[in-house]
Amino acid sequence: MDWLQNINFIELIKCFITGGLICVIGQILIDKTKLTPARILVIFVTTGTILGGLGIYKYLVDFAGAGATVPLTGFGYNLAKGAIKGVQEYGLIGAFTGGVTASAGGISAAIFFGYIASLISKPKMKKE
Amino acid sequence: MKPLDSKKDYQDYVDKKSPNSPILKNCFNAFWVGGLICTIGQVIMNIAKSRGLSQDICGTIVSIILIAISAFLTGLNIFNKIGKFAGAGSLIPITGFANSIVSPSMEYKSEGYVMGVGGKMFTVAGPVLVFGISTSIIVGLIYLIFNTQNITLV
Amino acid sequence: MQKLGKQTIKFDNPPVITEVASIVGPKEANGPLAKYFDQCLEDEFWGEKTWEKSESKIIKETVNMAINKSGIPSNDIEYCFAGDLLNQCISSSFGLRELNVPFIGIFGACSTFVEGLSLGAIFIESCAKHVLCAASSHFCSAEKQFRFPLELGNQRPQTSQWTVTGSGAAVLSQNGDGPFITHITFGKIVDMGIKDANNMGAAMAPAALDTLICHFKDTGRSPSYYDAIITGDLGYIGKEILTELALDKGYNIKSNYNDCGVMIFDKEKQDTHSGGSGCGCCATVFSGYFFKQLNEKKIKRILLIATGALMNSTSSQQGESIPSIAHAISIEM
Repeated sequence: MDWLQNINFIELIKCFITGGLICVIGQILIDKTKLTPARILVIFVTTGTILGGLGIYKYLVDFAGAGATVPLTGFGYNLAKGAIKGVQEYGLIGAFTGGVTASAGGISAAIFFGYIASLISKPKMKKE
Repeated sequence: MKPLDSKKDYQDYVDKKSPNSPILKNCFNAFWVGGLICTIGQVIMNIAKSRGLSQDICGTIVSIILIAISAFLTGLNIFNKIGKFAGAGSLIPITGFANSIVSPSMEYKSEGYVMGVGGKMFTVAGPVLVFGISTSIIVGLIYLIFNTQNITLV
Repeated sequence: MQKLGKQTIKFDNPPVITEVASIVGPKEANGPLAKYFDQCLEDEFWGEKTWEKSESKIIKETVNMAINKSGIPSNDIEYCFAGDLLNQCISSSFGLRELNVPFIGIFGACSTFVEGLSLGAIFIESCAKHVLCAASSHFCSAEKQFRFPLELGNQRPQTSQWTVTGSGAAVLSQNGDGPFITHITFGKIVDMGIKDANNMGAAMAPAALDTLICHFKDTGRSPSYYDAIITGDLGYIGKEILTELALDKGYNIKSNYNDCGVMIFDKEKQDTHSGGSGCGCCATVFSGYFFKQLNEKKIKRILLIATGALMNSTSSQQGESIPSIAHAISIEM
């Protein structure tokens, strides 16, 4: 448990507050507009990709760590970062391979676990 | 003003009659649940880093673990209760993306494992991938154009 | 049978509602009206593999129960009017495929039950001795078709309504001593431009108002003639809007007006936001609660106005507004 000794509380608080605030922006969108969840996710991922491409989101990631990478804007940032890295390494073809390569883990995991969940579990009614 | 004079008058009248969501309470819940999920991600990240893994791999590990937790909770019929409580707090982190893939998979199980689960899996999350990946390709192409002209964008 | 005014039919020999039956799901069974329903289900699947099958089973069992309770041999039932919310009304046609009674499938969204009663009453007056009317809805199958997967962690807006799981069925006869259907008023399609599929009550309230006023004008009656004026599924928001709009037009319905969607759930405890909705809402509340009240002579005259939102998921994705309808029947002891 060596990681326990080098917990950086300032880092965790920065992460908590940044992540929380990004979610609050989403909550305001949910309550103040009639956007469906899918549209809100699209807005966040596209914003993240554009900010990532412009190099702005990187500062937020440096500041907040997982507080900026775990929200879907971070997923978008990752896509943009991957695409740029792909271009640097492979040129034109990298623009097409880079983004998905960088986020392959997340996408594959979601598909795989989604399929597993559907095998073993059934939806239930919300009972309150 | 009589509410039924025109469609616009009626819409204004209905907007006045419709209760608003408790936005302060919702934002507070979204804030702390969203923050907590990110902090869990950060802790996982730190553990992975202390094992000497690279930054990119650590990020991927964080995503996969959070997605697995979210899928597990969705399968146990718990995630929708968290989502109802936290709203954007559980929707915006990668957990919401996972939930939006897992929930239609379970829902359309009754239409079979190929066209039901396989076909309907992305009914909610599909647009996220379409717009995310398309935008990233555009970002890559723009970068390519600026880069070949020796103007750095980033 | 004669026509009164523009939209109302008055029966010379009013058809009798001989018997009714109602089956509801687990959430309704925890609501304030639970003790009035014939059967409450423990889970939403009822032993079936899918919700669609479960809904078919609910309407099938409700219809069988109504026939058995009425004591009329099922061979003597001449026509059956039934409908539901699922695409191409599969719950009722699948559920009733073994009924062996001439079947007239109807769709009036949540107004289906009253539409069925109205058509059935006209058949009774003109040619048939016994007809059957039924309608059903299921929360899970409706969410799946109209909204999101059940397990999606989203928040329902404050204006949204909760689709009732359940079915109501009624047997109408030429003779008997149950409550009589004396008048029916078929409504026009009314669209006041509401586009929000999460605010059905507001979309349907103008249709209910139109039918209500038309009924009073055609029959020459006033709101105080009825012991109860009941709308199908306007919910809290729609109820408030209808009360205000009716008052605005000179009809005070405050004292004797209620809504099935408001009655079936406990808003605070059950977290249903604006109340219940769906074909099953009006069908189960009438079959469960009001029929018994009428039979026990606790109330004698009731105007039942079932409202329906005539949209589907494609139309709302394409940004169309919601055309609405309301049909009214006057039931007297």
